[in-house]
Amino acid sequence: MSTPARTPRRSGIRGGETASGWLFTAPMIILLGLFLVIPVLMALWVSFSDWNGRGSPFGGTVSFVGLDNYSALVGGGGLAEQDFGTALRNNAWYVLLVVPIQTMLSLLLAVLVNRQILRGRGFFRTAFYFPSVTSSVAITVLWLFLFSASGAVNKLLAFIGVNGPNWFNDPSGVLHNLLGAFGVETGPAALTGNTFLGISFWEWLAGPSVAMSAFILMAVFTTSGTFMLLFIAALQNLSGDVVEAAMMDGANGWQRFWRVTLPQLRPTLFTVLTLGLIGAWQVFDQIYTGTQGGPGKTTLTPAYLSYQAAFTNQAWGQGAAIAFILFVIIVVFTLLQRWLLAERGVSARRMRPYLPIPTSGGSK
Amino acid sequence: MQRRNSRWLIGTGLAVAGALTLSACGSGSGFGDTADAGGELTSDSAQGLNVLIGSSGDAETASVNAAVAAWSEKTGTDAKVSVASDLNQQLAQGFAAQKPADVFYLSTDALAGYASNGSLLAYGDELANKDDFYPSLVNSFTYDGEFYCAPKDFSTLGLVINTDLWAQAGLTDADIPTTWDELAAVSKTLTTDTQVGLALGGEYARLGAFMAQAGGSLMNEDNTEATANSAESVAGLEYAQTLLNDGVMSYASEIGAGWGGEAFGKQLSAMTIEGNWITGAMKSDFPAVNYTVAELPAGPEGQGTLQFTNCWGIAADSPNQAAALKLVEQLTSKDAQLTFSEDFGPMPSIQSAADEWKNANPTLVAFLDGADYAQGVPNVKGAADVTSDLNAQLESLKTGDAQAILDSVQKNLEALLK
Repeated sequence: MSTPARTPRRSGIRGGETASGWLFTAPMIILLGLFLVIPVLMALWVSFSDWNGRGSPFGGTVSFVGLDNYSALVGGGGLAEQDFGTALRNNAWYVLLVVPIQTMLSLLLAVLVNRQILRGRGFFRTAFYFPSVTSSVAITVLWLFLFSASGAVNKLLAFIGVNGPNWFNDPSGVLHNLLGAFGVETGPAALTGNTFLGISFWEWLAGPSVAMSAFILMAVFTTSGTFMLLFIAALQNLSGDVVEAAMMDGANGWQRFWRVTLPQLRPTLFTVLTLGLIGAWQVFDQIYTGTQGGPGKTTLTPAYLSYQAAFTNQAWGQGAAIAFILFVIIVVFTLLQRWLLAERGVSARRMRPYLPIPTSGGSK
Repeated sequence: MQRRNSRWLIGTGLAVAGALTLSACGSGSGFGDTADAGGELTSDSAQGLNVLIGSSGDAETASVNAAVAAWSEKTGTDAKVSVASDLNQQLAQGFAAQKPADVFYLSTDALAGYASNGSLLAYGDELANKDDFYPSLVNSFTYDGEFYCAPKDFSTLGLVINTDLWAQAGLTDADIPTTWDELAAVSKTLTTDTQVGLALGGEYARLGAFMAQAGGSLMNEDNTEATANSAESVAGLEYAQTLLNDGVMSYASEIGAGWGGEAFGKQLSAMTIEGNWITGAMKSDFPAVNYTVAELPAGPEGQGTLQFTNCWGIAADSPNQAAALKLVEQLTSKDAQLTFSEDFGPMPSIQSAADEWKNANPTLVAFLDGADYAQGVPNVKGAADVTSDLNAQLESLKTGDAQAILDSVQKNLEALLK
């Protein structure tokens, strides 16, 4: 009997704290449970059911269909699979370009505006942060104007003699265009003949379409400011003496940044990359207000496809299934990136230059 | 460790219990007692009617509001009009909560989805003015052999011609094209350095007219069979491809316009193929451009155009279907439709209003004449996805293979019919 042994732990001067703890956190737990956990569980059920959008998803006419909704998306061979494959392709290119570019740019901006000698730092910080506080719908509309066929961007390009593309109406892939410039119009049969998720490998390698590229630029433009703020906060937290020590050791500015500052920013880097990944995989507003998936489905993303499947096609199970596949993708990417950024012991080979060299005669 | 596990268990248990409670609330509101066509209509007159519309602008909102208010006053039944910002989403939410709007705009695209899940009342056969609707419109709102809802109004495609550019090129009324060859010829005459002869949206909803003129279509009239890759359909698309490659026709997007009407209004093109909604845009955005409307030229299989329409849907869950039906009869009556037409421009969906409409709109007669041979768009469940996939492929029609494009459409449509 272990019960008598347990009782003393509950009594005593701190006995009531557990109850109060629960009491104080209860409002938030109830709110989160009601508006987050339960809806997520409901959506999970919908993704395994044949609910068709009428009445409650737990009603008597709704039945469990197992993995039917998922298999239609990843192996159905029909339009649903093809659309899902296209959406994943588009979004993967988007993530591949947006996340690294916005991280590097925001770090660069943070380092620039963090310099003590820069005049008008406040102005630059505000200016860079400004796009982030503007609504994404407003920026999308602005972007549609800037990147229209006869818009400001193309006027600028014409000024330097470049004939700009018809941005939001151009479905051609950037990589395909690049290859086309070298005379490669169609891919090898190994790529065009075999498919994954309903679209050929050659199509997977198309790169983001010109229209998607405009959205990539927009994402970089709007989010770099937010992440710059995170990096600035982290940079100001770094103690100056480490950098000073590096200076004393003779490290130049470049080395100080790569070997001293950047490693100390690792936790912030992780935050920025994770937030960037999540945001980039869930891109929806821009597509909904801007292109609705066009031209040629090249700006279709899983988040928008999920909305479209559910609300316009009444395929609620499939819409929910897309959302959960997207969820899994995001979790996998985050774990992968966490593993990549994890603190590891420095290997002996990398350590060697820093170890005292026993044979050396002494300092200069 | 054991303690932590038990907390998790409690937490999960609470969440599951919560979900079940919610579900119980949801399904408690009664399932199953929905009226089908021929059955008894619900008539709880204590309940007012909610009318949900997707409005094109203030003119439409005001006009529908006035019509509904007039009906409400006459019959003593309360009715309220709301304008949806996203009609599909608001309808879907209403149906899921089983508290939908009683009467609402419904597109041909959305019909199959809502009809198949039982959200809609199939009331078409009970309409007093049922036989007055154009048969092709009735077809568009017939799903599984049942006539679901009353066509609200409709539009067809016509050939819109800029009369000033037309005269500048030395063309006269006698040159208005009636065949494919003539269309190609005048398009060529009208193409200059600064303008293209004909511009249109690069989508099925425009290019499909060429398929119709060649005797083709995506699906047969009853929406029971896919006919997308028939020789006729391919011939229609190939004709369009030839015009594109000859440089006498362009997609609006290629010349920097959002749609055919914009390309036409900005005089980037001398002609466009659009529906009667273009008149509103011309009046408000390009009042200086003079234009005339002609019927689309005939192809090898005679005349052909596409028609677009919406209907007045009534919810199966409406507590007062009888009143809703009466309201719809009033809203589709000749007087009401002619007033709507005057206020915001659509064409009446009933044949008895045709003559008066033509008298009132002598310059737009070509649009209504198109009703005799117009083809509806496919309305089977999932057809909207297939046409949007087709639209995606049509963007590169210039360099594409018409046969291959339509083969893929055929495959996708056949999958829907299984």
